[in-house]
Amino acid sequence: MPNFIMSYLGSTVTPGEAGNQFWALIYVLIIFAAVSLAVVAMNWFERKALAHFQIRLGPMRVGPHGLLQPIADALKLALKEDIIPAEADQFVFWIAPVIGLLAAFTVYTVIPFGPSQAVSDMNIGVLFMLGVSSLGVLGIVVAGWASNSHYPLIGALRSSAQMVSYEVAMGLAVVSAVLMTSMKTGTGTLSMIGIVESQQQQGIWFIFKFFPLGLIAFVNFVIAMIAETNRAPFDMAEAESELTAGYHTEYSGLRWSLFMLAEYAAMIAVSSIAVTLWLGGWLRPFPNLLNAPAWDFIFSLFPGLTFGALAAVAVIGVMRMPVHPYFRVQRIGLAVFAALLGFIALFLLVIALAGRSSDATVAARFRDGIDYVYWFVLKVALFMYLFIWCRATWPRYRFDQLMRVGWKVLLPITLVVLILTAIVGVIVS
Amino acid sequence: MNPSLNMALISAFTTTTDPGMAPVATPFFFYLLSGLAVAGGFLVITRRNPVHCALALIVTLIAMAHLYLMLYAPFVAAVQIIVYAGGIMVLFLFVIMLVSIERASKDRRFNRIWPVGLAAACALMALFVSAFVKGRALFPDRMIAIPEGSNTQQVASMLYGEAGRMGQYTFAFEIASLLLLVAILGAVIMTKKKI
Repeated sequence: MPNFIMSYLGSTVTPGEAGNQFWALIYVLIIFAAVSLAVVAMNWFERKALAHFQIRLGPMRVGPHGLLQPIADALKLALKEDIIPAEADQFVFWIAPVIGLLAAFTVYTVIPFGPSQAVSDMNIGVLFMLGVSSLGVLGIVVAGWASNSHYPLIGALRSSAQMVSYEVAMGLAVVSAVLMTSMKTGTGTLSMIGIVESQQQQGIWFIFKFFPLGLIAFVNFVIAMIAETNRAPFDMAEAESELTAGYHTEYSGLRWSLFMLAEYAAMIAVSSIAVTLWLGGWLRPFPNLLNAPAWDFIFSLFPGLTFGALAAVAVIGVMRMPVHPYFRVQRIGLAVFAALLGFIALFLLVIALAGRSSDATVAARFRDGIDYVYWFVLKVALFMYLFIWCRATWPRYRFDQLMRVGWKVLLPITLVVLILTAIVGVIVS
Repeated sequence: MNPSLNMALISAFTTTTDPGMAPVATPFFFYLLSGLAVAGGFLVITRRNPVHCALALIVTLIAMAHLYLMLYAPFVAAVQIIVYAGGIMVLFLFVIMLVSIERASKDRRFNRIWPVGLAAACALMALFVSAFVKGRALFPDRMIAIPEGSNTQQVASMLYGEAGRMGQYTFAFEIASLLLLVAILGAVIMTKKKI
């Protein structure tokens, strides 16, 4: 058994491909923990960023700069009374958040954080992601129905209509990116890892390919993606000024937090599709042009330096805090947080230095792995900021406008882009 | 199929020294999934609440998608989930939710259509049984190992043809899509008074 576990460390494929259940399970647990943590961090960051957009401070009281606010929120939600309306359909009411959560997290099995940093690589990866993430809407629809109340029902109806409309544009945008994978080799691929590798082979991210066709498809995908995850300005299903809270009006406590977890996990998942298809996935900037070992070393310093910068920001926060007994605990807490970030930075820098000497050592493989995951997560994080930015900037659409944009603007544009991509591809090759 | 690829396939599917390489298509999973599909189908026709029926139907459809996966047809499995479970069933639920379920479940059917349904089900059953008994010669005696990676390409070349030749099912495929287009046009004309 230890041999079974250790033998994987030398391989360069995903655990799913190597058929190693142990490491597949470890990867799943790591991804689950990391995504949950990212959702918690995202919760804090969204409140802070939205507040700053509106010239407020946001959460400031619980922990330094409100850093412990998400933990307080989670505790509150876990301890809150769990209400099921008397007239609700008990079983369906219970299973609805579970459907959403399962759909959101199942998608992560095929997301490639690196060439071997994924649970599994399916040859239908993109289709799998689109299909499973589209199951998430079932949770919303069923929740709205099971609540047996008017606002949730309207929210669910809106959500299902919106999802069906935008899925078409989304799928067509994905097809135009998949077409591009067949440029050099003649046969395209639907595998997530294969798509990133073909971007590396062709030496171009698909967002810049056949300019501006790739860019238009990408923008259309991003719009459809925001609509698919029910985020502002497309959050018709939970429009608080019209429907109280939409499909989750009747939910409270832990069940409600499951909906939130599913929504944010789905946001990260669809951003990962966009990053993989158009932004080169785990590839760092200019992987073919700057491929000398010296450049490898320089780029491998980035993760450590990022954490170092975060630690520096935290240290500045400690120094700027007023010297007053009231702030003592906060000061110590923030200092500990800064020290933690500093240690992570140090650890990453040490790995970057250790992996420098040769290519084949475990340290070098470890360094490359961290590098891949770092660039992937950085790109996804930019998308997360984009979600918040859109929410803070645009007013909500009206429902008929939403439908018009979906069917009369996005769909024709994506169709034309798809046809043009095919024509240009045939001409070029 | 080229022989070296075939050898690689055989070794890929038959190596059992590594415990991780055991095939997924075991009888256990087959019975589990088909049991789920049958149970879901049974619930669809026995539950009175239409939303419960729709949920049971989704379970059946997803179990069938997994059965396609076990047949090494991942493309069909993915399309099954996208089209049926993700698309059509959402529309089903959309329509069902517009119907007042309180009243619909209390209403008794005034037309007795169950004998017709029973007859249709029996006819379909007879067709399947006869196809299974008589049509054995039509099916290959064992599954041809198609490389999983090229499944999508194979589907594409069957539907659209390759290297300038028409595919095996190109005509049927195009006719079917034309039929769907006609249906869409009909629906638009029937619902919109002024186009």
